[in-house]
Amino acid sequence: MNLNATLFAQLAVFFVLAWFTMRFVWPPIMKALDERAGKIADGLAAADKAKADLVHAEKKAAEELRHARESAAEFRSGAEKQAAQLLEEARTEAARVVSAAREAAQAEAGVAAQRAKEALREQVALLAVAGAEKILRKEINPLAHAELLSQLKSEL
Amino acid sequence: MSSSTENAPAAGDYIVHHLTHLTNTGHKQTAVIDWTIINVDTLFWSVSMGVLAIIIMVIAARRATSGVPGRLQGAVEMLVEMVETQSKAIVHGDRRFIAPVALTVFVWILFMNALDFLPVDLLPRIAELFGVHYQRIVPTADLNGALGMSLGVLLLCLYYNIKIKGFGGWVHELFTAPFGNHPLLYPVNFVMQMIEFIAKTVSHGMRLFGNMYAGELVFMLIALMGSTATALGFFGHVVAGSIWAIFHILIVVLQAFIFMMLTLVYIGQAHESH
Repeated sequence: MNLNATLFAQLAVFFVLAWFTMRFVWPPIMKALDERAGKIADGLAAADKAKADLVHAEKKAAEELRHARESAAEFRSGAEKQAAQLLEEARTEAARVVSAAREAAQAEAGVAAQRAKEALREQVALLAVAGAEKILRKEINPLAHAELLSQLKSEL
Repeated sequence: MSSSTENAPAAGDYIVHHLTHLTNTGHKQTAVIDWTIINVDTLFWSVSMGVLAIIIMVIAARRATSGVPGRLQGAVEMLVEMVETQSKAIVHGDRRFIAPVALTVFVWILFMNALDFLPVDLLPRIAELFGVHYQRIVPTADLNGALGMSLGVLLLCLYYNIKIKGFGGWVHELFTAPFGNHPLLYPVNFVMQMIEFIAKTVSHGMRLFGNMYAGELVFMLIALMGSTATALGFFGHVVAGSIWAIFHILIVVLQAFIFMMLTLVYIGQAHESH
């Protein structure tokens, strides 16, 4: 329990060590601690942001899905309507084509009948003339009786 | 010193021998205060422990990264954070020097105290082989070592008193606190302030010294028990030595922590106006 000069030597050592710690030990460690704290804070913030983004994205996806469903239904009903319309149009067109064909056939048939009638009439006239000619060869002059013959032809 | 047939004076000699410092004169100091004498052993061990503590901390600081810390870095970081938290709570002001002082004080004293765990005869015996006859290895069990550090804290207190309050402000405080600003109270206040500074410093150093000195003494008494070389002495030494060493772990860390906390408290008081 004696006091001596060791006291002052220890005092000097105290300040040297304290200064050394302040200069070389404290700053790098505090820097590393602060940087790590910053990194952790950044990481947490990023995680929070990611969580918020996820919620946002989920909401957006649901919205998109709903949209898609709606537009698909719309498309389907539109397509059904259009199909019905096309069917209707086709039916009308078919009926029109059928009736037109029928009319054309009828007209053609009429024309053909007329033509056959004419040809028949022509031949009947010729036959009649030939018959009459044979009968009347001796007494009728075809030239003198041409008017009478043509009148007969038109009456057939 | 440990022959089996020792009598009472020899046991006393053993203790006295162990409590004698290695001085620059080579003799035991006789006067209570003698500024021409220096304790070479205290100085050697305190500087060694200081350098060891600093080297460990510098290695940790050099390797410090903000990434995943290793074990050494983690340990030093825990210390630094503990000191930083305490200093932040106690000292309000610029802590660029104060916090490192607290860290230094804690680690340094921890290391010096921890020398107590070495067997009391180990290093003195080794020193004796080299012709060194006195060796006390725990610097904090030397009043000079403990008071030297508390004087350092006192100087820091004075420095921060003047730095924070200005020299005039501090002198004003010396005469007006704690009892009040009245001419009749000036001498009372001043005397109280002086007593406060002296008491703080002496109790600061003495607390550490007393604890470590007592601890060292108990280790010596336990070693004396073993030195009887009887079955009972051996058994007693092992049991008592183990118990005391385990209990001493608490004292070693606690005293280092208390010294650090008081350092911060005293410097913190220098920052506050009464």
